[in-house]
Amino acid sequence: MIGTRRQILVRKTLLWFALLIGACFAGLPVLWMVSSSFKSNLEIFAYPPALIDHSFSFDAYLAVLSDPGQLRFFFNSYLVAIMVTICTVITSIMAGYALSRYDFRFKKALSLVIIGVQSVPPITLMIPYFGLIVWLKIYNTYTALVLTYMVFTLSYAIIMMTGYFNTLPRDLDEAVMIDGGGSFVTLWRILVPISLPGIVAVGVYTFMLAWNEFLFALTLTRTNDMRTVPIGIHLLMGQHSFEWNQMLALSVLGSLPVLILFLLFQRYFIAGMSAGSIKG
Amino acid sequence: MIGATQGEIAGATNNISWDQRKRKLLPYAYLSPTLLLLAVLTVVPIVTVFLYSFFDNVIVNPNQPKFVGLENYVDALSHRKFRAALGNTLYFAVASVVAHFVIGLAFALLLNSRLLGANVKALFRVVYILPWVFTASIIAILWRLLLNPHGVVNYVLLELGLVPELLEWLSDRDLAIHAVTFINIWSGYPFYLVSFLAGLQGIPDDLYEAGRVDGANTWQLFRFITLPQLKPIIISLALLDFIWTIHQFTLVWMTTGGGSNSEVLSTYTYKAAFSSYEFSEAATLAMVILAICTFFGIFYVRSQRMADE
Repeated sequence: MIGTRRQILVRKTLLWFALLIGACFAGLPVLWMVSSSFKSNLEIFAYPPALIDHSFSFDAYLAVLSDPGQLRFFFNSYLVAIMVTICTVITSIMAGYALSRYDFRFKKALSLVIIGVQSVPPITLMIPYFGLIVWLKIYNTYTALVLTYMVFTLSYAIIMMTGYFNTLPRDLDEAVMIDGGGSFVTLWRILVPISLPGIVAVGVYTFMLAWNEFLFALTLTRTNDMRTVPIGIHLLMGQHSFEWNQMLALSVLGSLPVLILFLLFQRYFIAGMSAGSIKG
Repeated sequence: MIGATQGEIAGATNNISWDQRKRKLLPYAYLSPTLLLLAVLTVVPIVTVFLYSFFDNVIVNPNQPKFVGLENYVDALSHRKFRAALGNTLYFAVASVVAHFVIGLAFALLLNSRLLGANVKALFRVVYILPWVFTASIIAILWRLLLNPHGVVNYVLLELGLVPELLEWLSDRDLAIHAVTFINIWSGYPFYLVSFLAGLQGIPDDLYEAGRVDGANTWQLFRFITLPQLKPIIISLALLDFIWTIHQFTLVWMTTGGGSNSEVLSTYTYKAAFSSYEFSEAATLAMVILAICTFFGIFYVRSQRMADE
């Protein structure tokens, strides 16, 4: 549709107008959070509100970063999220390989179960979970958090990985098999290296989920040295004096890892999503 | 010589059957970590909760568990608070899914426009996806800041004359559930946006060319090419999102705590378990949520399988 110059100009103006409205909807709340984290606690709800006011300082950030308790939350979050990511990636590669390359008796049933796990409500698992975790002797440990988060990350990761492997030609691994390479060799030497975009997508997705989890992190830990950033924020909210600026600073710092990961890998991520579960 | 050959043949057949058996077992070996984890941490809790829902005096209780049949279900489902929570949950989920879809698709179409340069697209894509990088507890803080009675939202609305007074968005009985729904809409649409962006890139240009040759206008191109092409994605996404929204706990818990008439099934269940220690009732409620999610989960699984074939 080739319009006149004038028509194109009108279209462009409308488009930009819509784009900016969308950007305000998505971005202004975030901008306000970031700007408020630089205010003093007294100025947070000042009237009239200002984006940046005279109380601008890094005090809230310094307070968070100089508090060993808060730093511990970060350490825990990183440790748990990285462990979950590594375990989920390895497990989902193996499962995706089986589902993509082999035909076996219960394949249909098992893939149904794996897809179906996504619809299990966390709150349903929650009630007997506490007893189960205590019985397994892993209450208030990293192990409990890592294993629990894998229940929620694995399903989607396996669907994505299977989808990715399905896009790779079978001739590739069959050639290696005929040359005498076992299935294990084929998987790790041939398929894994060329599936890197899919693996990165799975990894980023898993990290985000693990970094953000709240309900189980709250219930399965007892002591603050085991708790993660979302729980740290929750604890700050529970205190009698609301330290808004510190809460916001902790929130901004707590969002940075996911934001950075996303910015670095967004291309892989979008490609991985289209190759994986949700595809046209 | 002949004997040796027979031996070799026997060895070879042995090898084949061993190889075949190995080949049969291999997929299970690859799946074993997944299956073990799901068995212990998903199947066991679900079965336990299922059993609990038919007993009284479970978990923290000095008395022996007592089998009561469907009594827990009758009690739980006939409760006025349960009906309110169910109604809120459905409103919350349906409104969220519809709005997520509309906003996600609108933003994806904007970002897919041919009139924009690559850099402009990249910049706006990051801004539009921003809400996604925040976890529910941070989103809760963020909106409690904005929607505070003395917060910036009230200030702007008051200055524009859109509201008569400062509103208690998250603690007013008539407003809280709508405010929470709005927050959920804000936080959830990027998932659709990302999926639609991937989906739009997969639609072949030829289809649009052919449509234009046939004289279709922009709306018709959208209605008869874009939407049908995205349909499988839309169905999977909407079902999964609906299920996830019915699960949603953290966001509601940390904004209103389920108070001010904004109770949803997950907060109601959590309170039954961990505030009143009524574990039989909580288990029953948990089964009800599971049943609702499984019902929609079946359609989701089917939509996924169709996409796989």
